[in-house]
Amino acid sequence: MKEKLEQIKAEALRQIENSDALERLNEIRVNYLGKKGELTAVLKSMKDVAPEDRPKVGQLVNETREEIEKVLESSVKKMERAIRETRLKTEVIDVTLPAKKERVGHRHPNTIALEEVERIFIGMGYEVVEGPDVEKDYYNFEALNIPADHPAKDEQDTFYITGDILLRTQTSSTQVHEMEKGKLPIRMIAPGRVFRSDEVDATHSPSFHQIEGLVIDKHITFADLKGTLAEFARELFGEDTKVKFRPHHFPFTEPSAEMDVTCFKCGGKGCRFCKGEGWIEILGCGMVHPHVLEMSGIDPEQYTGFAFGVGLERIALLKYEIDDMRLLYENDIRFLKQF
Amino acid sequence: MNTALSWIKAYVPDLTCTDQEYMDAMTLSGTKVEGYEKLDKNLEKIVVGQIKKIEKHPDADKLIVCQVDIGSEVIQIVTGAPNVKEGDKVPVVLDGGKVAGGHDGGPMPEEGIEIKAGKLRGVPSNGMMCSIEELGSSRDMYPEAPEFGIYIFEDDVEVGADAVEALGLRDTVFEYEVTSNRVDCYSVIGIAREAAATFRKPFVLPEVTLKGNEEKAEDYISVEVQDMDLCPRYCARVCKNIKIGPSPKWMQRRLAASGIRPINNLVDITNYVMEEYGQPMHAYDLSTIAGNKIIVRRAKNGDVFQTLDGQERKLDSDVLMICDAEKEVGIAGIMGGENSKITDDVTTVLFEAATFNGANIRKSAKRVGLRTDASGKFEKGLDPHNAEAAINRACQLIEELGCGEVVSGMVDVHGELKEKVVLPYEPAYYNNLLGTAVSEQEMQDIFKRIEVEYDAAAGTLTVPTFRQDILRQCDIAEEVARFYGYDKIPTTLPNGEATTGKLPFKLRIEQKARDVAEYCGFSQGMCYSFESPKVFDKLLLPADDQARQVVTIANPLGEDFSIMRTLPLNGMLTSLSTNFNRRNKDVRLYELGNIYLPKSLPLTELPEERMQFTLGMYGEGDFFTMKGVLEEFFESIGMKKKPVYDPKAGRPYLHPGRQANVSYADTLIGYLGEVHPEVCDNYAIKSRVYVAVIDIPAILPLATFDRKYEGIAKYPAVLRDISMVVPKKVMAGEIEAIIAQRGGKILEEYRLFDIYEGDQIKEGFKSMAYSITFRAKDKTLEEADVTSAMKKILNGLEGMGIELRS
Repeated sequence: MKEKLEQIKAEALRQIENSDALERLNEIRVNYLGKKGELTAVLKSMKDVAPEDRPKVGQLVNETREEIEKVLESSVKKMERAIRETRLKTEVIDVTLPAKKERVGHRHPNTIALEEVERIFIGMGYEVVEGPDVEKDYYNFEALNIPADHPAKDEQDTFYITGDILLRTQTSSTQVHEMEKGKLPIRMIAPGRVFRSDEVDATHSPSFHQIEGLVIDKHITFADLKGTLAEFARELFGEDTKVKFRPHHFPFTEPSAEMDVTCFKCGGKGCRFCKGEGWIEILGCGMVHPHVLEMSGIDPEQYTGFAFGVGLERIALLKYEIDDMRLLYENDIRFLKQF
Repeated sequence: MNTALSWIKAYVPDLTCTDQEYMDAMTLSGTKVEGYEKLDKNLEKIVVGQIKKIEKHPDADKLIVCQVDIGSEVIQIVTGAPNVKEGDKVPVVLDGGKVAGGHDGGPMPEEGIEIKAGKLRGVPSNGMMCSIEELGSSRDMYPEAPEFGIYIFEDDVEVGADAVEALGLRDTVFEYEVTSNRVDCYSVIGIAREAAATFRKPFVLPEVTLKGNEEKAEDYISVEVQDMDLCPRYCARVCKNIKIGPSPKWMQRRLAASGIRPINNLVDITNYVMEEYGQPMHAYDLSTIAGNKIIVRRAKNGDVFQTLDGQERKLDSDVLMICDAEKEVGIAGIMGGENSKITDDVTTVLFEAATFNGANIRKSAKRVGLRTDASGKFEKGLDPHNAEAAINRACQLIEELGCGEVVSGMVDVHGELKEKVVLPYEPAYYNNLLGTAVSEQEMQDIFKRIEVEYDAAAGTLTVPTFRQDILRQCDIAEEVARFYGYDKIPTTLPNGEATTGKLPFKLRIEQKARDVAEYCGFSQGMCYSFESPKVFDKLLLPADDQARQVVTIANPLGEDFSIMRTLPLNGMLTSLSTNFNRRNKDVRLYELGNIYLPKSLPLTELPEERMQFTLGMYGEGDFFTMKGVLEEFFESIGMKKKPVYDPKAGRPYLHPGRQANVSYADTLIGYLGEVHPEVCDNYAIKSRVYVAVIDIPAILPLATFDRKYEGIAKYPAVLRDISMVVPKKVMAGEIEAIIAQRGGKILEEYRLFDIYEGDQIKEGFKSMAYSITFRAKDKTLEEADVTSAMKKILNGLEGMGIELRS
C-alpha cells in the first residue's frame, strides 16, 4: 500500500512538474484529489486493509494528499504569477493617446468672480441678499441722498420706465431695502445687475453687475472699513496684495474713499497693465451717511456703518485679463470654454 | 480740469516738490490728479540766439546761412525758414540737443528728435532754429508765433538765456479729477488752497486792489431780477474806454496751459477769472443794452434766440434769460446773444458775475442743446459770495493791464445770502467715526489749514461759504481724515455681534442649476435684460400673446434695447446664432436671468421679476438629452417624483410635435422642446435647436436639500419583461402611469428598453418593451405576489388597446 501511495505521489508530482497551463493543474487536482480521484480510490479500498493497520494507512493517505496539495498549490501560484507577469509585459498602452472626456460645460467668468467674492464675505459672516432690477426712484436715488436735482439723476445716465420707476443704476438700492427691514446689525452683500445708459463698446455696457456691501452696527469705524476691504483684497487677489484708500465723493457715504490694489501683474512696480502706476482702482466705499441712516429709520447717534460697491465685470476683466467687455455678453463658446 | 503748476505756485509760493510728489500727495488728500504733462519734455540744449548775419546758400535757392550769437559764441546755422531776418532773437537747439516734434506739428515722437551738427548741401550747420511746433507747442498757445517758420522772441529776452524758460515751458500741466461736491475746486484758487493745506504751506490769495474812476456804476446800468429763485445774485460792473488788444504773455500762457485759446485782453480776462475763481463771467457791449437796464426773467415758451455762436436756440419758460429793456441779450449761465456780443469796436463793457440755480442751468443747457464751460460750472451751484470777488478781480485786471477805465461801484442784486455753517466742535465724534486717536491739537491745525474757524470759547466750528460740501459732523470728520491721512487710519475688523454668513435658498438652487448644467456640458452665457419688441415676431407669437405685454423703457439706447424681456428665448437663440454663424460645433449654453412681467400696464407698481433657468443647444443631442438635463437638475434639488410632460404646450416658437410643458406635483414649472424651424430660420441657425426653460420661483417650494437614507434592499428582486404592440397615439407616459398605479407597493422600478416602429409592426402601431422590477422591503417575494401585480398591470394596458406579445 505504501508503495502504491509513493507511486501515485511520484506520478502526480511528475505531472505537476510537466504542466504548462492552469487548466492542466486543475485536471491533476481532480484526477488525484477529487471525489473520483486516485487517492480517494485508495481510501475507498481501505476495507481491504486489516483494521489495526487502517489508522496508519489513513495517515499515509492524508500525508500524501497534503504533499500533493502543497506542491500543486505552489505550482498554481507560480504559474499565476508567470501569467500575470506576461500580461503586464504585453499590456502596454500609449498613455499619450487622447483622453476620453465628459464634455463638461464652463461657468461664466462673471459668475466665477462673483462666487469668489461671495465665498470671501460669507466667510466673514455676511448674508447674500437680492433686490429688484426694476426699482423705484426712491430706493435708487432719494433714499441714498441723491435728491431730485442731483446731476447723477440726469436722464443720460438712467433708464426710466415711468417718472417714478427705473432700471437701477447701482446695487446700493438694496442697502435701503435691507435697512428698512429694521433688523440690526446688518452684514450683507448684494450682487446684481445694474443699468446705465452707455453705448456698447470695449469698456462700456448698458447692463453690468455690481456687488454692494453694507455693514451696520454699533461702533463701526472707518478703520473697520479699511480692515475689511484690505482682507477682501488679499483673499481675492493674493496674500501680497496691498491696498490704498483715496478720498472720494459719493452722496450716500461720508467720509468716502476709492480703494486701489497693487497691480497683480507687476506687484506694484508699474507695468503696461496698470499703466505704469502700480495700482489699480477697484472699488468705491465709505461710511454710511447719517442722513441715509435716518431716512431708513436707523438712529445715526447709535449706529454707524460702512458700505462699498464693486463692479463685477471690472474684477472679471482684470483678473482674467479680458480686453473687451463685449465678449462677456456675446456668449461665444470659444470664449466661455476658457474659464 | 487742467492747470499749470506755476499758476498754483503763484498762490502757494513756498510749494517745493517734484511733479510725482505733488501728484501723489494731492491725490491722497482728495484732489485726484489724473496725470501730468511736462511742457519741457524732450527740450534739451535750447537757448536764445540772435541772428547776426544772413547770407544766401551757395548751392540752394531755398536755404540761407545764418551766423547766430548764442551768448558764448557765434555759430553757423543753415535754415530754410522764410521768416527770419538779421537781429531776430530765436530759439536755437544746439548740437546734441533735442526738440519735441517736427516743424509740421504732427504727432510727437515719444523720445523727441535729436539734433546734430552736420552739413546742408555742403555748408556746415551747427544747430537748428526752432518753430513753436518743434518746441512741442502750438499757435493756439502762442498766437504770436508765425504760421510757418521760426518762433521770434520779443526783444527783451537775453541772448544765451534758456529759451525754454523764456517761453514759459519750464512748467508742468496737471489734470485734476474734481468730485462733484467740491465746486470750489473747479478753480485755480480752490486747488491752490488744497495744495497749501496738503503741503502745510501758506496760501496767498491774489490781492484785489481797484481804483475805479469818479463815476458810479448805477448811473450806467440798473438790474432787476424777476426770478430770484433761479438767480440768487447778480453783480454788474461797467468799464469804459476799452482798448482791445492782446493780453500779456503770462496770461496767455496760463490760459493756454488750461486748454483755453487766448483771444484778446477782454475775453482773456473773463476766461482768466473764470479759471482762477471758478466764477464764469459775461461781458456785454453796453451800447447794445437798451434802456441801460438788465432784467433777469424766464423766457416765453416758443421764443427763439440767437446765441453768439450764430445758432438759433428754441426756448421755453423754464429757461432763464438775461434781457435789456426791450429784448433778450443772453441765455443765463449758458451763452450770451449775438445781439450784444463784444466786437473790436466796443468802448463800454458791462460785466456780469451772477449765480444761478444749478439744477435749472443743467436742465436748460440740455433742453437748449448747448453745454458750455460756463454752464458746466453754474450747474454745480456756485457760492454767491464768490461772484463779487470775481467781478472785482476782473475789473482790477482791466485797470492793471491798461485795457480800460473801471467805473466805480457795483450794481448788486441778491436775496438773503447764505450764512456760514456753524457746527459744534466734537473731536470725540470724529475719532469714533474714523477709528483714530487724532489729537485735538492736530485737528485744530487741520481746521486752520482749510480755513474752518475754531472758536474754543463757543466750542464751534465755522465753515467758510466756499465749502458748500460741509454741512454735518461727518463732513468735518472727512476733513480730519483727509489731512490726517487716509493711509494713517488703522486697519481693524468690526467687532460686535457675530453674524452668520448665508447664501439664501434661491441662490443655492441657482448654484445647483449651474452645477448640473455644466456637468451636462452646458456653458453659462449672459444676455441683456432688454431687447427689441421685434423679437415677438421672430418667435412667432400671436398679436394677443400675453408675453407681448411688456415693460417699456422710456429713454432706451435704441429700439433694439427698448423693452424688458418677458421670455428668455431671444437671448438664448441670439447667442446660439452667434455661435452657429462662427461655425462653432455642438454648442450647449445655459443662462440664469430674470424676465420682467408687468402686473398692470401702464406700469404703476414694480413688475414681477422671475429668474429663468434657460438651456439651449444644437449639434449633438436631441429632445431627450435636454429632458435628461432637466431631470438631473430636479433630482439634484430633491425633486424625486416623476415630472409630467404635457405635449399640448401650445408654444408657437416650438416644433408642434416636439414640445412639452413640464409639471411637477401639479405645478407648471417650465417647458422644453425643439425650436420651430421657422424660428430657427429667423435666427439663421441651420440646425435643429433644443431649448428648455425652468421657472425658478415655481420650483422653489418644490425643492429641498433634505435627504433621508432609505436603506439598501436586503431581499432579492424579481424581474419581469413585457413586450407590447401599442397604438401609435398611446404615449409612453400613459403606459408608465398604468404601471406605476397598478404595480402596487412591491413595484420598485420600470424601464423602457426597446421601442420600434416599422416593417414588422402593423400600420398604426409601435412595439414597446418594458422591464419591470418588483421587490419587497421585508421579505423575499413569492411568485403569487408578482403574478398578481403583473396581472393588474396587464389588464390596465389591455384596456388601452395594447396587445401583449408573448
